[in-house]
Amino acid sequence: MSATAPASVPEAATAFGVYLHWPFCAAKCPYCDFNSHVRQAPPDQARFAAAFAREIGNAAALTPGRTVTSVFLGGGTPSLMAPATVAALLDAVAAAWPVAPDAEITLEANPSSVEAERFRGYRAAGVNRVSLGVQSLHDDALRALGRLHDAAEARRAIALARATFPRLSFDLIYARPGQSLAEWEGELEAAIGLAADHLSLYQLTIEPGTAYHRLHAAGRLNVPDADHAADLYELTQEVTARRGLAAYEISNHAAPGAESRHNLTYWRYRDYVGIGPGAHGRFTLDGSKRASDAERLPERWLELVETTGTGTAVSEPLTADEAADEMLLMGLRLREGIDLGRHAGLAGRGLDAGRIAGLADLGLVETTAEGRLRATAAGALVLNRLVAELA
Amino acid sequence: MPRMTTPLDHIRNFSIIAHIDHGKSTLADRLIQMTGTLTEREMKEQVLDSMDIERERGITIKAQTVRLIYNARNGEQYRLNLIDTPGHVDFAYEVSRSLAACEGSLLVVDASQGVEAQTLANVYQAIDNNHEIVPVLNKIDLPAAEPDRVKQQIEDVIGLDASDAVMISAKTGLGVDAVLEAIVHRLPPPKGDPAGPLKAMLVDSWYDAYLGVMVLVRIVDGALKKGQKIRMMRTGAVYEVERVGVMTPGLLVTDVLGAGEIGVFTASIKEVADTAVGDTITDDRRPTANPLPGFRPAQPVVFCGLFPVDAADFEDLRSAMGKLRLNDASFSFEMETSAALGFGFRCGFLGLLHLEIVQERLEREFNLDLIATAPSVVYQLSLTDGTEIELHNPADMPDPVKIAEIREPWIRATIMTPDDYLGGILKLCQERRGIQVDLSYVGSRAMLQYDLPLNEVVFDFYDRLKSISKGYASFDYQITGYRAGDLVKMQILVNAEPVDALSVLVHRSQAERRGRAMCEKLKELIPQHLFQIPIQAAIGGRIIARETVRALRKDVTAKCYGGDITRKRKLLDKQKEGKKRMRQFGKVEIPQEAFIAALKMEG
Repeated sequence: MSATAPASVPEAATAFGVYLHWPFCAAKCPYCDFNSHVRQAPPDQARFAAAFAREIGNAAALTPGRTVTSVFLGGGTPSLMAPATVAALLDAVAAAWPVAPDAEITLEANPSSVEAERFRGYRAAGVNRVSLGVQSLHDDALRALGRLHDAAEARRAIALARATFPRLSFDLIYARPGQSLAEWEGELEAAIGLAADHLSLYQLTIEPGTAYHRLHAAGRLNVPDADHAADLYELTQEVTARRGLAAYEISNHAAPGAESRHNLTYWRYRDYVGIGPGAHGRFTLDGSKRASDAERLPERWLELVETTGTGTAVSEPLTADEAADEMLLMGLRLREGIDLGRHAGLAGRGLDAGRIAGLADLGLVETTAEGRLRATAAGALVLNRLVAELA
Repeated sequence: MPRMTTPLDHIRNFSIIAHIDHGKSTLADRLIQMTGTLTEREMKEQVLDSMDIERERGITIKAQTVRLIYNARNGEQYRLNLIDTPGHVDFAYEVSRSLAACEGSLLVVDASQGVEAQTLANVYQAIDNNHEIVPVLNKIDLPAAEPDRVKQQIEDVIGLDASDAVMISAKTGLGVDAVLEAIVHRLPPPKGDPAGPLKAMLVDSWYDAYLGVMVLVRIVDGALKKGQKIRMMRTGAVYEVERVGVMTPGLLVTDVLGAGEIGVFTASIKEVADTAVGDTITDDRRPTANPLPGFRPAQPVVFCGLFPVDAADFEDLRSAMGKLRLNDASFSFEMETSAALGFGFRCGFLGLLHLEIVQERLEREFNLDLIATAPSVVYQLSLTDGTEIELHNPADMPDPVKIAEIREPWIRATIMTPDDYLGGILKLCQERRGIQVDLSYVGSRAMLQYDLPLNEVVFDFYDRLKSISKGYASFDYQITGYRAGDLVKMQILVNAEPVDALSVLVHRSQAERRGRAMCEKLKELIPQHLFQIPIQAAIGGRIIARETVRALRKDVTAKCYGGDITRKRKLLDKQKEGKKRMRQFGKVEIPQEAFIAALKMEG
């Protein structure tokens, strides 16, 4: 059994991503456990942009000689930023590092009509890829998910984004309460019809600290059981493969070559810096991988940057075991898997050959002639357990 | 010259027989208080139950004794020796020797509850010891009290004349003076020869941290004095008596104990094990010609493994068990190793309550966390080569082709229940291979006698009985002996690998039921793996029950990006920690907690 073709974007050890976190949302979605905050009064965007610029400078000082291969504006809801704010942030990045001519500049956006009006401005600021939080093509599902847009707005935003940006992806959430296989198949087929060359298809997950978690704990949210969720996942793989959008990662689908470079940088465990409240980074300094994270609360982060010069906690070097585990848990998410030699280099030792053989016997992993280890389609469904077995 | 001893006709030795909660300890407290043995200030509830565990559970474990001085209405002063006996069947052995030291008993019955199974067993023992018995109806001040009905019941069930039963409320003290008068006038004084050679019965012994081994004795003939050279007739050991006294309930040194009296002495005896309960103590230079008949030593009938939760506590557990055994010779232990639980001990007990109490004392008094495996009984095996062995652990069972016969202990159980629950209880007894011996009625209460294999009772019989009868049925038993049975070793296989710790000996007719229950339980307890896991119960090579733990179908995180990585790594670290606590059986990992749960439910 062979997994689908590996990602077509070639892997480069020099890949370097910049993540910018805009932490504000118009409303908190009941399933979301991201670092997002709802504020009555709109935040002072110019002040935040200045703080971002300062932090970008700090990050650049720790990563001299790097060339930016991707920028990702995530959140929160970055499409609440004025195009001028986005432009200021991207200018700060370009001032701090050289930016590769083919760098992928992604912005996450909500498909509401208000936000869509700003698309042209974002494009002018340098954004060349958007990722739209469509989540569903059904109005009732959108309402249940607490989204502020409806399906018609979503379709219009997709069309506008396709016309405005060179590249487009959008997200859907499935395995929703009560969702049948047939219903999802219909929605997925429709989504593929609207899609360009990239889709993110996430199974609904009940995360601690969310409104859904409280509902679920109270027995008022009837989410699919493991069997049904597995059936939905398998159906998704079948439909997307048939339509030329096979998965290159657990929840991400693309036509060959259309994979998200920025996200590949995470999964391939290459270097990236994280800027903004609660943002994380992983980058190599003096030969070892370091982890950084920033103050989560936006106002406190802002104040820290303004008064102390940085909102980022001192970065710490990871141990060999930690770095190797991170590479494993990120890398096995990709259909291309991990390079066993590179992993052994990080860990200082190879993975247990007996364990690999045992899992291979169960048809859950396979090794390739090039020395890579990857999860099979069956293995992808139980990836968390595979990683725990191997780590 | 010996100091003055009390004339026989001014001594009364008695014990109190009662069902749990019927007020035995409260009455004892009241007697102590009303005779001025302890002042108000010294009284605490249930003074005779000196262990915390006794006071909390309202049960007496070790026999305790107290001497009361009573000034009777006739103007005479009497010495009353009360031996408080354990009520529970597990301690029947202690009851029997306490009763042997007395001439009479108070039978305390709750005037609203009536006679219970446990009461009966102890009354029969008292009758066997030729006791005079005075019925006492307690709690007559309660609205639910039905003294006439209960009197009738005592006459019907026990065959005792209850017409002049003493009516009391031990709680308020009402009628307790009449109890004291009844002890003096209705119980006989002890018999004996005060001038004869010393003959004393060793009733009990225990270790006191300050005084060393203390020996409780009943003097039959002669006197026991400080400085006297005494001989233990069974062991032949000779000691010089150091202290002689009575318990009040603290030690009161009297230097002499005369015929008919009950008291204690110390004599530089090193260990409790050097004193054989039931032995006759005599004067080394002038021994008695007629030693007392003595007792058969108590034999453990229930065994279980006790293991420290933390392997590092093993030596502490060994030392704690050694200390407990100083005071409880009926508890035995030997080292055992288990693939699942590591190093621990195989322990023998008189019964299930004894097991529970020892475990609780180890945990509480020695601050140990313990895992107890399911209790099992002791089997006797006759092998084809003629040897006889005792089997304490099913894992040690020899190859079945070498076994000629297996015998298991049987009990005679007495169950009393409101007749509403009789049907369910009969069904339970039948399921457990019971043979009905008798069924009679006492008013609306049924009294059942059943012969049952102890094997079928040790695990959850009592719990089931309580649940079927909503707590109303009472239960007591005595071991009647060993009988041959069609017993087989049932193995549990997880993923085709036998798990030794889960092997049990069962009757062939019960094997399928128990095998099925075990497989179902394990199916719930074993977490899903990446492969499917068959769980089988087998006798020899034959599978009698099977369940399957399905392979894990889905466990994957939907979203994992750059900002999630730290959290996911920490989650992975937790999973790795969890794996360390797993027990490995072939390719299958079972969490220790799940394994313990499986061991406990075995039954």
